Amino acid sequence: MAQQQYDIIIVGSGAGGGMATYQLANAGLKVALVEAGAYYDPAADTQRTQLRYPWESPRRGASTRLRPFGDFNACIGGWELDGEPFTNKGDTDFRWWRARMLGGRTNHWGRISLRFGPLDFQRKDIDGLGENWPIGYDDVKPYYDKVDKLIGVFGSNEGLYNDPDGFFLPAPKPRLHELFYINGARKLNVPVIPARKSILTKRINNERGVCFYCGQCSRACSIHADFSSTTALIYPALRGGQIDLYTNSMVREVTTNAEGKATGVAFINKETRQEQHLQGRIVVLAASACSSARILLNSKSPQHENGLGNSSGHVGRYLHDSTGASRAAFLPDLMNRDMYNEDGVEGMHVYTPWWLDNKNLDFPRGYHLEIGGGMGMPAYGFGFAVNQYNEFLGERVGGYGNALRDDVRKFYGARLSIACRGESVPQYDNYCELDPTVVDEWGIPVLRFNYHWTEHEIKQARHMQDFMEELLEASGGILLGTKPGADQDYGLTKPGEIIHEVGTTRMGMDARSSVTNEYGQLHDADNVFVVDAGTFVSQADKNPTWTIMALSWRTCDYIVDQIKQQNL
Amino acid sequence: MKTLNRRETLKSLLLAPLAGGIIASTGCATSTGAAARMNWTALPDSYSYGRTAVEMQTDAELMQESYFREHELLTIAVLCDIILPSDHANGGALDAGLPDFVEFIVKDRTNFKLPIRGGIAWLDVYAIEHFGADFINITEAQRLTVCDRIAYPDVTDAQLQAGISFFALMRNLTLTGYYTTAAGFKDLGYQGNTPNVWDGVPAAVLQRHGVAYEAEWLAKCVDQSRRDIPAQWDDDMKLIS
Repeated sequence: MAQQQYDIIIVGSGAGGGMATYQLANAGLKVALVEAGAYYDPAADTQRTQLRYPWESPRRGASTRLRPFGDFNACIGGWELDGEPFTNKGDTDFRWWRARMLGGRTNHWGRISLRFGPLDFQRKDIDGLGENWPIGYDDVKPYYDKVDKLIGVFGSNEGLYNDPDGFFLPAPKPRLHELFYINGARKLNVPVIPARKSILTKRINNERGVCFYCGQCSRACSIHADFSSTTALIYPALRGGQIDLYTNSMVREVTTNAEGKATGVAFINKETRQEQHLQGRIVVLAASACSSARILLNSKSPQHENGLGNSSGHVGRYLHDSTGASRAAFLPDLMNRDMYNEDGVEGMHVYTPWWLDNKNLDFPRGYHLEIGGGMGMPAYGFGFAVNQYNEFLGERVGGYGNALRDDVRKFYGARLSIACRGESVPQYDNYCELDPTVVDEWGIPVLRFNYHWTEHEIKQARHMQDFMEELLEASGGILLGTKPGADQDYGLTKPGEIIHEVGTTRMGMDARSSVTNEYGQLHDADNVFVVDAGTFVSQADKNPTWTIMALSWRTCDYIVDQIKQQNL
Repeated sequence: MKTLNRRETLKSLLLAPLAGGIIASTGCATSTGAAARMNWTALPDSYSYGRTAVEMQTDAELMQESYFREHELLTIAVLCDIILPSDHANGGALDAGLPDFVEFIVKDRTNFKLPIRGGIAWLDVYAIEHFGADFINITEAQRLTVCDRIAYPDVTDAQLQAGISFFALMRNLTLTGYYTTAAGFKDLGYQGNTPNVWDGVPAAVLQRHGVAYEAEWLAKCVDQSRRDIPAQWDDDMKLIS
């Protein structure tokens, strides 16, 4: 069979790869989309988990190794994959979630869709730490605008400088516990605004449905009323035509020629275990920050001895994840609630963006607060420690018999929780590299992580803990558990745990200290691009997905333009 | 030891002493329990809810695995029945198939295997020592006496701590198993998991809790009567449709 020559080979089908597929295929280019996992359709009854009742599962939604976020969660993958290890060096404890399915991690994310603000692109100018981006908000704003309109995101225009306005769909009304949070935040002069999430509270086109408020975005939406790469980008792109989809295809390396330019990719067909090659004019990596770095590091050739794009030695460097910490409270005001359907959209309807000035604080970067609670659907774990809050009421904890039914109803939904997500400071010494001795089941060298939080993140976590206590108490809550102290880094999550890892192929103007230019184009090979979060110079106190898609679109416009100018 | 047949719609095990029960060698000559037989609704043998081939294989293997002895499953059934009895309009643990759920979840979450097996053994030793027979073979009143001693975490008696931990685990599994069934949903009054249009907290509920929606906030929220009208914005990012 004659070898097919593609215009574009895209590796990975998540937010960045999905957007690239949509844009480049619609530009009339012949695209190969290569995904390490299987095909996925959330509406197919063989794959659907949305609107299932807990008793449809023998474990009632409990987590499994293959679905660590619960066995109704849409995302197939997890912290550990059979046959695909990674390693940590020394006392590093990096966590790495990988999806293995069409759409990647867009199948389970929280749909929180926040633009970076003007300050987020120039942090070094503000606090002298890290590096500035080579681009600013004005460069990305037109793409945020277009992403808003193409994908759909609800929210509200608040005129906040560093949390920019957008083309928002209207927000869902707050739930009851969220009204208590709003009141609490107001008492402390902490801002609270409608959440910003890529869920269709209003129709945007005739292809995708409008949210029916099951609160199950994490199970993937069968009517495509939330954003996942598959339902919002890849399916529409596939309907357009010139795309060959390669699933269960694990890319090992980008192949290059004597001039050091990419010629295509080599991948393992996981069904046959055979290696295959694809030929293409342009390779677009969107395998996730760490997986794309791994592919580049494994793409060694005489022209690229340290791996493709790695003449600077920066591939894998500046790996960083968002920080996280959380706390919960019992809300006595919400005991014995009236029952009504409060599923709403998945997760929070309101949130608090970063509101303080770090000049007055002992840590350099901010965080936002995500609000949890409500009368969610019972699943495995519901009813555990059923009447533990009796201790706050002077009543006895424990027991048995029908009285427990009253306890279940008494405390159902009487809870308020906060999760903080913050910005860390990228470090040269936090990085992933190839493990010199370990390969995966396909024989591909695996990643080894080196990562330690610094005092910046630990001090930030301490502030998170202090403020969460104040907010929960101001909202009428009785704090649950104990506040983690210095010995536990104030409850700071492990690096990687927030699944916002970025920075491994960062962009910059100086080829000696960055891997790509502002368009995600490798300094060392002009027909290779990175459109995942690897190019992020710094991960703001915002979730990365909206910026991944805006930058991917921007890169695609650049690619199309460069092809027209015959530079590619 | 006899393995259990999973192919019944109503499970029925005789609440009678087994010759050479696992712990008790004496003292179980008479069955004095109030119920001569434990009956419970059987849960399905297989499930279909969007599984991958690997998941189907894993779950089929779990279903096939035999872990509990009949005596242990009977003890689980008796405990589930004590924790959520069937003398209730919405049914109890046995009506909701709890012994089957506990059996599955203990096989699935293997860190429960030892605590449940060891807990049952502890319970039998305790029952023999204090009442002369395995837990399932003492009288109902005696069983409740034992439960009264181990059902509360504020009890400080060192001799009871293992039993208290075991009972707490059994209570957790029983409640979670029950409230994740249709009967449990009814008992709780849960009304979700169905397509609907969220339009805020009902007015009476707001009033009861002394909270209200601010007009300024509501202005940012969706007008559900216009949800199907395609979104359009002006150049100032204002929604105009």
